[in-house]
Formats: sequence, C-alpha cells, structure tokens
Amino acid sequence: MKIHEYQGKEILRQFGVPTPHGIACFGVAEAVDAAQQLDGTLWVVKAQIHAGGRGKGGGVRVAKSIDEVRGAAQQMLGMHLVTHQTGKDGQVVRRLLVEEGAQISKELYLGMVIDRSAQRVALLASSEGGMEIEQVAARSPEKIHTVHIDPVAGLDAKDAAGVARKIGISEISIAGAVTVLQGLYRAFVEKDAILAEINPLVLTADGRVLALDAKFNFDSNALYRHPEIVLLRDLDEEDPAEIEASKFDLSYISLDGDIGCLVNGAGLAMATMDIIKLYGGKPANFLDVGGGASKEKVTEAFKLMLHNPNLKAILVNIFGGIMKCDVIAEGVVAAAREVHLSVPLVVRLEGTNVDIGKKILVESGLPIISGSDMADAAQKVVAAAKGA
Amino acid sequence: MSILIDKNTRVMTQGMTGKVGQFHTVNCKAYANGANCFVAGVNPKKAGELFEDIRVYASVREAKAATGATVSVIYVPPSGAAAAIDEAVEAELDLVICITEGIPVHDMLRTRYKMQGKHTLLIGPNCPGLITPDEIKIGIMPGHIHKKGRIGVVSRSGTLTYEAVGQLTALGLGQSTCVGIGGDPVNGLKHLDVMRLFNDDPETDAVIMVGEIGGSDEEECARWIKDNMRKPVVGFIAGVTAPPGKRMGHAGAIISGGQGGASEKLAVMEECGIQITRNPAEMGRTMQKILKGWS
Repeated sequence: MKIHEYQGKEILRQFGVPTPHGIACFGVAEAVDAAQQLDGTLWVVKAQIHAGGRGKGGGVRVAKSIDEVRGAAQQMLGMHLVTHQTGKDGQVVRRLLVEEGAQISKELYLGMVIDRSAQRVALLASSEGGMEIEQVAARSPEKIHTVHIDPVAGLDAKDAAGVARKIGISEISIAGAVTVLQGLYRAFVEKDAILAEINPLVLTADGRVLALDAKFNFDSNALYRHPEIVLLRDLDEEDPAEIEASKFDLSYISLDGDIGCLVNGAGLAMATMDIIKLYGGKPANFLDVGGGASKEKVTEAFKLMLHNPNLKAILVNIFGGIMKCDVIAEGVVAAAREVHLSVPLVVRLEGTNVDIGKKILVESGLPIISGSDMADAAQKVVAAAKGA
Repeated sequence: MSILIDKNTRVMTQGMTGKVGQFHTVNCKAYANGANCFVAGVNPKKAGELFEDIRVYASVREAKAATGATVSVIYVPPSGAAAAIDEAVEAELDLVICITEGIPVHDMLRTRYKMQGKHTLLIGPNCPGLITPDEIKIGIMPGHIHKKGRIGVVSRSGTLTYEAVGQLTALGLGQSTCVGIGGDPVNGLKHLDVMRLFNDDPETDAVIMVGEIGGSDEEECARWIKDNMRKPVVGFIAGVTAPPGKRMGHAGAIISGGQGGASEKLAVMEECGIQITRNPAEMGRTMQKILKGWS
C-alpha cells in the first residue's frame, strides 16, 4: 500500500528524520494560509499523487512570493498530472504539500528494499540524488552503495557512518546522516514497509541533512497490525475496479486489452493472459478468483469484467483441484444469467468432476463456447473477440 | 526414490485443527500411504485430543518425540505462521512445508535469519506443498491428477503446477516428485535447491521448471543448470503480459525497477540450454519431444 509524500514525511519525523516544515492542503486558500504560516521567503508547492516523476510533469514548483504560491496551487489542483508512472491519462491532483524552501548544497539518494536473493533488508545509497535510481544503476552502477542489514543487530552507527562517507557526506554532517539512516531503517522495519525512498536527501548550506522527499510502500500482508497506516490509504489514487474487487476478496488488475479472463490461481491467471496474447488477442484484466470461488464470487467477478467498456469476450479458465468443476460451472451459469451476459463466453474446465461441470454448461442453454484445453480455449476466445 | 518425501515419511500437522487444516489433513490421509504417514497434530490448546484418529500434541518437540515425525506441514494463519516455522526449526525437524499465504515479509526475514546454520529445510510459504505420486501427498494439490513416473516438477505457482502435471499425466508421463516452492518473495527452497535434488535423484529423468515474474531465482537456477545439470529441463515463465510495478496476485510476482520480467527470464533460461516454451498449454508436449530427442 502506497501513501503520499506528506504522510511519508510525517512517519519519518516520528523516527527522528528531519524534513522541511510543510503543511498538506486541499484547496488554494489553504495553500496560501500554509505559506503564510511557514516563515521565510521561499516555498515549494508539491502535487501529492502516488506516482513518481512529479517534477518533470509540472507537479513541483518553487514560489518566491505568496502570489506565486497561489498561482502554483491554482494551476496544480485538479490538473491531470502525467508522469512516466501514471499512464497517459495522468492522475488528478487533489492534495498539495506546501513547504519552506531549503538552501541545498548537495542532493543524494537513499533507498530501502527487501533484497529477495539475500533475504535481507538492503540499504541503497548514492551520491547521485534527484534522479531515478534505475537510471543511476544503468549509467553508473559504481555510484550505488548497498548494505545488507542484519535483522537482529539492525543498522549500527558505524555502518551508517561508513555509507554516509561513501556518498560524499562531509564529517560535519555525519552525525546527522547517521540519525537519518537509522531512523529510516527503524521506520522501515517497525511499519512493515517493503520499499522506502528519500530522493533527494539533501545537505543544506548550513550542514543539516534533510529528507526532501519521502516515498513508502507497505506490505499489504502486515496491514492487520498497522491500523495507523491503513488510515493513510487514499482510494482516489487506486483503480476503482481493483478497490471493488478487493471487497470480494478477488485479486483483479485492469489491463488495456479487450478479453476478460477469470481464472483460479495467480500463476494460471498470468499464464492465461500470456496465452491470449500468444494467439493474437489482448487480455483486459488479471483476475484470480482464488481457491474457493463461490457462485457469489464468480458473479461479482463477471460484473467487474463487464464494467470495462472495451470488453469483447470472456475466457473462464479453471483447473479444479480442491475446487470442483461442477461447483464452478453452476457459478458461471448463475452469474451469466444474472448479469445478462452480452459478450461471447468461452469456458475451459479441467480437473475434479469435469464431466459433470461440462454437462451443466451444455444443459444451461446459454451460448457458452467450450474449450477442450487451454490452447483451444484461448484460440476460441481470440476469434470470438475479433468477431464481436 | 524421489526427492524430499516418500511413503516412509512421517508428518505432523501444525494447525491441523483449524478449518483449512482439517480439510486438507483428511485429503492427505486418504492419499496413497497417507494413513500411515500423517501421525501427529500440534496445538498447545488441544493437546491430547484426536482428529481423524491423529493425536494432537502441545508442541512440535513433543510430537516429534512421541511419533518420530521429522516433517511438518503448516496451515497456521498468517499472524502465527512464522512462529510456527520457528518452532519446527528449533525442534530440528528435517523439512517444514508452510502452506499459509499472507505472512508479513519482515516476519519471514527474521525466520530465515534464525534458520541460518540449522539443518531444517523449508518449502514455502504460500505454496501448494509437494507430492510423490502413489506414495505421499503433503499439501493442498489434487492428488488424482498425478501419476507415478520419472519427471520432476518445480514451480512457484499452485494451479499452474496442476496444469503442468495434468498435461504430463494426459501424455502418459508420470512424475517422480512435484514441488511447489511458493509465491512469496522471501521463502525457503528455491528453484535451484530443488533442481540440485532432482539432478541427484536416480528416479528422475527430466524436470519441468515453472516460474513467474519477480526476483531472479529462475535466472540463478538457469545458470546453475548450464554448468551442472545432467538431465533435460523444460521451462515456462508466467507473466509475459504482466505490467511493471503491479503485484500479480502472489506477493512475489512483481516486476520492480525494470527487474524480474518474464521475457528476460526466458532469454536467460534459453541461453543456458533450457528448452523453454512460451505457451503454457505446451509444457507437457515440449517435455515429450525433448525426451524423444534425449534417449
């Protein structure tokens, strides 16, 4: 689960990481008030969306007067901010962060991830701040320093200072950098984060170390023990279809094709998307109904897929193991009737009670196209989508 | 022979008395030699009770001492599952299979750290388990789709493994052991670890390796295969069409920072001499073809 920059900075401050003073705002007047409350003569107005790359898209503006703050806020609120992470339609800006400006002498990068191979939390640090770490990794990998952190001992001050020196932090600022690094690690572990980034981390003209940005992604499997993080969820930033799906315990992801797929199991669901593409079609979604797909779940899944105006056909691909094919077939028939299915439906059933399942489909009288195996079903659904 | 488990394996079930644990214990017990294999349950609150004639013990250590079970299967809910693995490791079991999906990744980091230097092997979490056909099934896979034979299967996914097994069985190609290593980013045995075991198993002639987007386990396994594997390997990776940055159902199935894409994995596997197929409906037939060429 992702959160906004201003929320991330609040978490960082709880763990002793200094950030510029700032106030989150939802309107232009609020933004002007915020600037007036923050002393100084320089402000930064930052669009709050979950995607990265906001600066290039016009979502970060420096203001030298209250009027400029007002102008920036007017321009940003409601805009469709397009970045390399938002897709072509962009994301509507509904929140701003107004911050005091900082005198920057150096921009650095800090990141924290779960390293799957090493099975450790990895700290990534670089002297190349302000740009995407993927670009740094491609262009000058020697400038990224990685430290794997022992989960029992944590990040000790000596290691933290060592990393800080490697990325060019001068002695006068080392103590500040250690505070930042240790605070970031504690926040990462105690809040069950799976990704954290401070980009840029800056050295100010007077030697302070400040987090100028904050990006967090939290482990959805651990949210049950973090009600305070759940409160930070912003549904405006999420796909409505995916939110709807999560209510029914369905795993759904929208894609840009026109063939809906309903599958049991995540791996088989991905493989089903792949085989549709292999036979010349385009999947409209990823949808895993899980191990225990009831009639209700299948009906909701059909409704979700049918919300998509581009949908031209549906492929149901079930390998019934624990879940019996006859139960699924009954669910599919009931769902197709309830939603008055308007697009061709191809069903491939395999596994336990497959013959009873197929019989139920045939006897339903519904125009269901039967696929004998995965390849046959994929070819039939691609043809159906093209004919529709 | 087979790998990891056979008809002589003795298993305890942690979380046997919950709804999921009960359901699968009944099925595992009914499969092949299951009635002799599943000898104990663990639940500190229900010690002394019986379920399906299987006795419940207060701890893993007690169950091991009383029954001689050296393998455990875990159905404990996510919040307690990592602690259940820890308990099995501390009791020095040989093998732990954790079926549970949804364990916080930081819990798994701590558990894997504690497992360093211990001899216990872990399969999963978030996996279907493993099966040696006609001998023993430990986990949630449908037993009847399997057939005893000489093909090894290792996979990160559940139903996609069943798909591969179903194709093999339909072609008359039986399986030595099928191992679901699970869809979580931090887990126990990787493709590479299982591949080593298949390489050394005299009753395995060839292996199907099924992977998916996320991480680099398949690439690491492929490089090992290039230098060490004496048996043919067929490979498939799910998620060629998966968009970057989106978690595709499994916690570990995500392309992040330009890493972990399916096409990249397939390219490395192909380079390393694995017979890849991009068509998930062709896993079985690809194996059939390669076996004809190999013999």
